[in-house]
Amino acid sequence: MIRVDNLSKNYGSVEAVRSISFSLKDGEIVGFLGANGAGKSTTLKMITGYLSPTSGNVFVDEMDIITDCLEIQKMVGYLPELNPLYFEMKVHEYLKFHASIREIKGQEFSEALKRVVSECGLQGVVHRTVGNCSKGYKQRIGLAAAMIHDPKILILDEPVTGLDPNQIVEIRSLIKKLGKEKLVLMSSHILQEIQATVDRIIIIDNGKIVADGTSEELISSSQGMTQLDLEIMNAEENDIEDMKATIPQVNIKGISKEDNVFKVNLEYSSGSDPRAEIFNHAVSKSWILTEMSVTEKNLEDIFRNLTGQSNGVGHE
Amino acid sequence: MGLAMNNILTIFRKELHSFFTSPMAYVFLVVFALVNGYFFNIQFFLINESDMRVLFGIVPLVYLFFIPAVSMGLISREKSLGTIEIISTMPILERDIVVGKYLAGFSLILLGLVTTSIHYITLCAVGTNIDHGAVFTGYLGLALLGGVYTAVSLFASSLTDNQVVAFIIGIAIVLTFFMMDKLLFFVPSSMNGVIQYLSTDFHLSNMSRGVLDTRNLIYFGSVIGFFLTITTRILESRKWN
Repeated sequence: MIRVDNLSKNYGSVEAVRSISFSLKDGEIVGFLGANGAGKSTTLKMITGYLSPTSGNVFVDEMDIITDCLEIQKMVGYLPELNPLYFEMKVHEYLKFHASIREIKGQEFSEALKRVVSECGLQGVVHRTVGNCSKGYKQRIGLAAAMIHDPKILILDEPVTGLDPNQIVEIRSLIKKLGKEKLVLMSSHILQEIQATVDRIIIIDNGKIVADGTSEELISSSQGMTQLDLEIMNAEENDIEDMKATIPQVNIKGISKEDNVFKVNLEYSSGSDPRAEIFNHAVSKSWILTEMSVTEKNLEDIFRNLTGQSNGVGHE
Repeated sequence: MGLAMNNILTIFRKELHSFFTSPMAYVFLVVFALVNGYFFNIQFFLINESDMRVLFGIVPLVYLFFIPAVSMGLISREKSLGTIEIISTMPILERDIVVGKYLAGFSLILLGLVTTSIHYITLCAVGTNIDHGAVFTGYLGLALLGGVYTAVSLFASSLTDNQVVAFIIGIAIVLTFFMMDKLLFFVPSSMNGVIQYLSTDFHLSNMSRGVLDTRNLIYFGSVIGFFLTITTRILESRKWN
């Protein structure tokens, strides 16, 4: 269990993290989401004991990160951002180095090595030099090193950055599997990644937590606009534009015509569903409605609303 | 809390492994042996005396450049690669990291010193009336001096993430220690004693003459301890950046 209590970190006069609090339960996969520079890595570095908080505290199983740092570090596996590795070592030597600091030796190490090699898919590269491995393998070597002591808590800072789509799918399923018995806290600035992997999302912006919940909770709690697409036959363009007079809550965003089918895109504020009225209106005008579909508002829009950004986050 | 031997050994082995998987250790050992051998031999047969004082005069000069070069990457490289974040988030104290790295650098220097034993063998073959005790204390002095310079260079390495900068800072401090007692006429005479006591050469010259004084041993030990302690503090200070 991790409890973060009014945690703040200043770099000189820059407030990187401003009094954030949250707590994470065992067996939870939590995504830490934010734009670059929002304070994600700084928070993770404080939880792993790399940086000390300016104020506030982190508790892991009720142990204090300032006074019980070593004990906490024994329980945590950490994959830092950009995945630094000792390139001159062979893969098994690198894993042995990690195991040795954690006092895993002899038979116990052989078993641990076998476990992480199979979990992270390193079979082909165990005797290769780390520096000669591909980026995808390097990422998995970093992950294997973080897991060599079978930690209760895994902290992964941007674990899928720079991987190709197949590798992303593999790492994602590995993280999901690990999350069944461990607490996994991963950060990302890629929404799709977080949405696909985690149970719970914490969105951080400018050093503050702006949202915390499952992706469904975040979507339903946000007050935004819902998109609706219509396909209408047997209608006149003027009539469609006049629809707003009868159904005031809709806002027509665009009308296009293909053959004699009008494609209409409109939006309405969530909570004022106009679909029944649109149907009745269509009947009264003798239109033929061939399609009416709601585009779910997605996390990306919520993220942009919460962080006040119109671009800069999202796809990579 | 006592030193965690397991952790120190793990760091020690990792650093030695990194020395010997790169050309660094080999280049150092070969060039160190050649440079010392050349300067020793051109003087040894000229002077025509059965002692090794020539060597004890040359090695400290060679140290001035070689030791900062050997140790410059010990910490600065971890900083530039970002691996400092890996070892700092493992359950290991900064002090143990520093001691492990120090011992690795020091071992390589001692290995370099072993290469000069060939000259002792030459001396035994051609010389008469050899003062073996003086050779022993002289070597002990060289080993301790190597220990001091390694500690200084490790400290320099902890100050920056740039190996060249670490090298230059290392040379500057090492040179200061070396030159101190040669610049006595620049300081007020009341300070002479203190400055002389702080210089490495003052203590070394005693030992290469065959005098073993605990004051010299305490001096070397405390300078090493001082630099290892502040290096540890510097590593710990990253938390408060």
